[in-house]
Amino acid sequence: MNWEVIIKWLPRLMQGATLTLELVAIAVLAGLILAIPLGIARTSKKWYISGLPYAYIFFFRGTPLLVQLFLVYYGLAQFDAVRESSLWPYLRSPFWCAAGTMTLHTAAYIAEILRGALQAIPKGEIEAARALGMSRSKALVHIMLPRAARIGLPAYSNEVILMLKASSLASTVTLLELTGMARTIIARTYLPVEIFFAAGLFYLAMSFVLVQAFKLLERWLRVDACQGR
Amino acid sequence: MNIDLYGFGPALAAGALMTVKLALSALCLGLLLGLAGALAKTSGNRPLQWLGGFYSTLVRGIPELLWVLLIYFGTVNGLRSIGLALGVGSLELSPFAAGVIALGLCFGAYATEVFRGAILAIPKGHREAGLALGLSTSRIFIRLVLPQMWRIALPGLGNLFLILMKDTALVSVISLEEIMRNAQNAVTVSKQPFTFYMVAALMYLSLTAVAMVALHFMEKRAARGFARASQ
Repeated sequence: MNWEVIIKWLPRLMQGATLTLELVAIAVLAGLILAIPLGIARTSKKWYISGLPYAYIFFFRGTPLLVQLFLVYYGLAQFDAVRESSLWPYLRSPFWCAAGTMTLHTAAYIAEILRGALQAIPKGEIEAARALGMSRSKALVHIMLPRAARIGLPAYSNEVILMLKASSLASTVTLLELTGMARTIIARTYLPVEIFFAAGLFYLAMSFVLVQAFKLLERWLRVDACQGR
Repeated sequence: MNIDLYGFGPALAAGALMTVKLALSALCLGLLLGLAGALAKTSGNRPLQWLGGFYSTLVRGIPELLWVLLIYFGTVNGLRSIGLALGVGSLELSPFAAGVIALGLCFGAYATEVFRGAILAIPKGHREAGLALGLSTSRIFIRLVLPQMWRIALPGLGNLFLILMKDTALVSVISLEEIMRNAQNAVTVSKQPFTFYMVAALMYLSLTAVAMVALHFMEKRAARGFARASQ
């Protein structure tokens, strides 16, 4: 193992790691926002409300992220209408394509987590809210969503870690995030083992920090105090 | 949408076959690794426990793509020197072998946790009953524990297999000619990226759908005799 090389390229890897974190942060936050209406609509008993979210979730969970990424980054350019639209500057940039695709991808998973959490809320709690005279929407905002957030939080933290790892796919659309940066450095140094090892350590460290942060968040939201049924 | 495949239909079908082969081979390796990992983690031996934990934590913390790249590009030098030392010329991993090892490794790390959960879910009394009947430890595992683990672990393993199926697309990065790689080849010729990636997406979607149906029946079969009792 050639440690000097690792130390020499550490700053560049750090740069890559920053980009990785940016991508993940955008994806999991925007994905969460997108997933809230999707997840709520998915629990609806009316087929014309739950149908579309169901199809969306089925597509995004049933196909590899790599395919989705290529579909957006390379695929959309096939249409002249897209190339002439005002969104083209964004759809042409690998960063926004990767961030956007990851957002759409993770939103499907988070929506399923949210649906599971909403359905896991004890019926009595919702009935109690309704009995207190809360309207459906009020009960949803004040009782069901805060409760579902706590039930779904552990699964959401899993999803964030999965997205951290999935962000390595952004290297295939020329982005120099951690994996992409590692591949670029290897193309220069011809030392795949050392550089991939260092990149792997970065991923491990980042997931370790994220796991600890979610543990703190769970304590702050008092997740286990709410689990007693 | 133009669904003219420019004569790439057979290539895509061959790619689908390769994807299935890759997924099933990685599944076999992953199941073995997962079982070994779970046994190590639940054994009474400290170093073995530590080794199992190290394996599942390390592999799960690093992206699948990085494993694929690491195993394909990282073993070139080592294998070459081994090959030269043995006098059989230059050895190297084929993209298929590298893909199977990388995906099997990742599957195994997650399967370790699934199998461990299944082992822990089997009541202690069953094992004690086996001991009382005079069965050896290995026989208890094969005849008593393993068949029950299958039922408990199947839903978790099914999820992992669906993930594995989609992760096979990553192996296209080291130019194994599966669905994704053949779609990329078709795109360079036809200049119709959206069409071909959409076709690839639909192929993955149908593979996933078939796997889901198969898993449903397997779960139903594995749970026979239990479905009613659990209600």
